[in-house]
Amino acid sequence: MSKAAVSSDNMLVLRNIAKTFNLGTVNEKRALNQVNLDLKKGDFATIIGSNGAGKSTLFNAITGSFFVDRGLIMLDGEDITYQKEHIRSRVIGHLFQDPLRGTAPHMTIEENMALAYLRSSKSKNAYFSRINAKDKAKFREQLSLLGMGLEDRMKQPVGLLSGGQRQSLTLLMATFVTPKILLLDEHTAALDPATAEKVLQLTRDIVEERGITCLMITHNMKQALELGNRTLMMDGGNIVLDTKGEERKGLTVEELLVRFRRNAKKQLDNDRILLS
Amino acid sequence: MGSIISLSIIQSALELGFIYSLIALALFISYSILDIADLSTDGCFTLGCAVCAMFTIAGHPVLGLFAAMVSGACSGFVTAFLQTRMGIAPILAGIIVNTGLYTVNIAVMGFASNVNLFGCDSIFTWGKEVIGGTWYKLIIVAVIVIAVAVVVALFLNTRLGLSIRATGDNPDMVRASSINTKLMITIGLCVSNALTGLSGGLLAQYNRSCDINLGTGMVTIALASLIIGETLMGRGGIKMRILGVIVGSCLYRFIVAIALRLDVPAESLKLVSAIIVAVAIAFPYMKKQMEFAASKHAAKLENEEYIRQILKEGDGGTKE
Repeated sequence: MSKAAVSSDNMLVLRNIAKTFNLGTVNEKRALNQVNLDLKKGDFATIIGSNGAGKSTLFNAITGSFFVDRGLIMLDGEDITYQKEHIRSRVIGHLFQDPLRGTAPHMTIEENMALAYLRSSKSKNAYFSRINAKDKAKFREQLSLLGMGLEDRMKQPVGLLSGGQRQSLTLLMATFVTPKILLLDEHTAALDPATAEKVLQLTRDIVEERGITCLMITHNMKQALELGNRTLMMDGGNIVLDTKGEERKGLTVEELLVRFRRNAKKQLDNDRILLS
Repeated sequence: MGSIISLSIIQSALELGFIYSLIALALFISYSILDIADLSTDGCFTLGCAVCAMFTIAGHPVLGLFAAMVSGACSGFVTAFLQTRMGIAPILAGIIVNTGLYTVNIAVMGFASNVNLFGCDSIFTWGKEVIGGTWYKLIIVAVIVIAVAVVVALFLNTRLGLSIRATGDNPDMVRASSINTKLMITIGLCVSNALTGLSGGLLAQYNRSCDINLGTGMVTIALASLIIGETLMGRGGIKMRILGVIVGSCLYRFIVAIALRLDVPAESLKLVSAIIVAVAIAFPYMKKQMEFAASKHAAKLENEEYIRQILKEGDGGTKE
């Protein structure tokens, strides 16, 4: 966990990340082959790729839900390769496809917010402190930004909220204390189109406003090109395509597919990837 | 005193209800909140009882209660250590600790299977002098239990308490929000077993004795109290749920007292408790199954009519 003297403006650096699951069994799967990535501060990259390409595995490697077999993970100049999950998650926001995974259903909105607020350095040592009026005012103010009326339901258990409301709340909690990196794992895929659009707009607003460095997995190719400033494509545990700037602006969904095939030498699983 | 319920029965049921409510409160933390079935409860209860008994014999009854809590917390720490750091399944970790505690408990009592505290000073003998009357025992246990319940309620709303509650509610979310789940399980089990130990300690001074088999089946009895409480008071806020645990425990003791009054043999009470717990936990599932059976039956009658129509149409088609 030494602070290396890195002068670069990279927020996330991955060097030769490799991970094989169930090594030496019939279920052996090389999930990450040799992943290299430099993500600049404030970059918003979208990630596409067919099922099993290693997108979610990459996220889990970054958050530390398992340790990688080989390679280096650096976040904001700090080597976090073998840092424990609960320590690095202080500065990493992670949203899943399933809206139920990000909040505690039997606890109230207010209590969930208080848990998210634990990540701030101020309350780190205040284990025995309780939610005070100042905290409540802060939670209220944040909740009102969602425009869902949740600020008037702070005493209600989160289990009563709809999927869209829960995912919005999760997003709010993940960014309550601005994370160094925000990982979005198809976080709108389980929502109906109108709600998904709303949550996506909210994501865009928060990320842009605070300049959060962000990686977002999506199966929507159009979205992958429109959102953010960079698009990555993964296949077989590798990043096979990396496009940004002028080159990316000129890309169409069709061209993206052609380039992917050329790089991956593999037909995309069209059943899974929406061409819309 | 010809009636089934006399004042002295109510009194002793309340006294025992309060003392045992501390184990129910312990299971409220480990079972309801952390979602861990802590099977070391039986041994931990006896441990608290034995430790407190020895301190009381040595002339330190108050210190004995604190020692009972500390010994309980140590037992909880071992259970938590086995499941969070050694990869042993939670239920098995509890059983292992429970087995080991048998030897520890015997050793604490000086390798005897029981000790008695007759003639020793205890918080109850002091209470008799200071408070007097016939209600002093109830007053003492009620004050202790209510104080503990208030502290537990306050604790569960601190940031640490919230983190423990979230660990049982959604571990995924907790890991993603920088909380150490292993540490939370450890703290939760330490607090929970400290309460179990205190309950045993109080009982040692109340009964003026400690027996190695005292704790047998305690986890089932405490679960019965917990379930009675949750059924009565609902699953609302933390304060109401804690109140429910105490009410449930007292009510359970009333049921036992009435059963004894009706000459139900004392040996059969554990079977009755086991049945209460099994039925109460199985109830939601059985209700669902019965509802499904009813709707299946209703649908079957309709579907037979549909099938008749379909077959009839089929016949008509071939004829034409």
